[in-house]
Amino acid sequence: MAQHKVNFTQDGGLPVALTTIDKVVNWGRSNSLWALTYGLACCGIEMMAAGASRYDFDRFGTIFRASPRQSDVMIVAGTLTKKHSEFIKRLYDQMTEPRWVISMGSCANTGGMFNTYATVQGVDRIIPVDLYLPGCAPRPETLQYGVMLLQKKIRANKASKAQKAKRLM
Amino acid sequence: MRAYKRKDDVQKKPYYTDRFWIAPQVPKQDPSSDEVFAADLEALKEKFEIVDAYIQVEQLVVYINSKDNFEVIKFLKEERTYDQLTEMSAIDWLAKKGQFEIFYQLLSMNKRKRIRVKCFVNENQAIESVEKLYRSADWAEREMFDMFGIEVNNHPFLKRILMPYDWQGHPLRKSYPLQGDEFAQWYEVDKIYGKEARDIIGPELRDTSRIDRYDSERFARLGHEVPRGAEVTDNDPINPQEYQEDEGVFLIKKLKKESSVVIDDPQR
Repeated sequence: MAQHKVNFTQDGGLPVALTTIDKVVNWGRSNSLWALTYGLACCGIEMMAAGASRYDFDRFGTIFRASPRQSDVMIVAGTLTKKHSEFIKRLYDQMTEPRWVISMGSCANTGGMFNTYATVQGVDRIIPVDLYLPGCAPRPETLQYGVMLLQKKIRANKASKAQKAKRLM
Repeated sequence: MRAYKRKDDVQKKPYYTDRFWIAPQVPKQDPSSDEVFAADLEALKEKFEIVDAYIQVEQLVVYINSKDNFEVIKFLKEERTYDQLTEMSAIDWLAKKGQFEIFYQLLSMNKRKRIRVKCFVNENQAIESVEKLYRSADWAEREMFDMFGIEVNNHPFLKRILMPYDWQGHPLRKSYPLQGDEFAQWYEVDKIYGKEARDIIGPELRDTSRIDRYDSERFARLGHEVPRGAEVTDNDPINPQEYQEDEGVFLIKKLKKESSVVIDDPQR
């Protein structure tokens, strides 16, 4: 067998990178954001399109999960009705920390065009929201850009510090 | 607690009325102008009291007494071959007459005719269920109960169908405000966090076109983002959000932004 002699002091150096625990943990967290399948209305269609092969959310490490216990980010895609509000709170409580919430589209942000008795006027009345995406409905590119901004937000925070639990109140 | 506003003047007559305005009316024909409908109406008149009957948009409209709605519809189904109940619900005339108008839209497949049976009930009067005749009346009557509060006798499962089971009020009544009464506006806060959370969460913001650029509690101005709750001044520095980390991308050490070139030649 041929003996390959690699001179680690030249040719790009040792195959070792030095970094901090913070960066490694945040790198892992931000690049495997598993999203809870939470399509409530027409924004859910755009969310599905973002997950399908044309826009391909898997590139970002974002894989949709059907269980809150396996997911890190809840993408609230669509109109939240008052009848459903207790369930979104229950699902949010079932997610393990650290957890993040993206409010996708006008309806989830503010109630949108549904200025009526049966619509929650913004999911931030129920659960804390990290990122609001404007649009009716936002394009899949917008959702992917939003996830990229959320990744940046995760990387900007200290991972070694005990995560402060997010509560609305 | 917000101030209580009276809700029974929603249908109040407007201050200004046009004296020359003639409300458009769909023309009505005499039932004798259609021989199928004339025969149906004759058969009905022999057995039941008919308050009013006319043909509108090629459909027969029959007003009956609310107490024999089951018998009339049974007769129409079994004797006159109206074998489908396509739609049924109620109309709120409480402000005008103090009554609900209940309508049953029936379809005969072999006659190719539609007939509409109507009756009036008072506000607290119940109506007989037609679920034994048409299965489609099951959910329709539940919806009528949910939306108008009209009780249906002998219904197998009379429960709210659209609104939550612990909801108060009947949303399709004209006296129900579109943006909800106090119960509706605080429903999710009261249910999840309790009434004492009302002060912390605050009332709903119903004006979605309202923009306050000095408000940093809700939405940030794009490109001028500040931390939540920070004070916003007129000359905030432009702070565009980029995907690239401020100190470069983790593990990529050799990229220098200044020396990188953007290729915009499509033929490259």
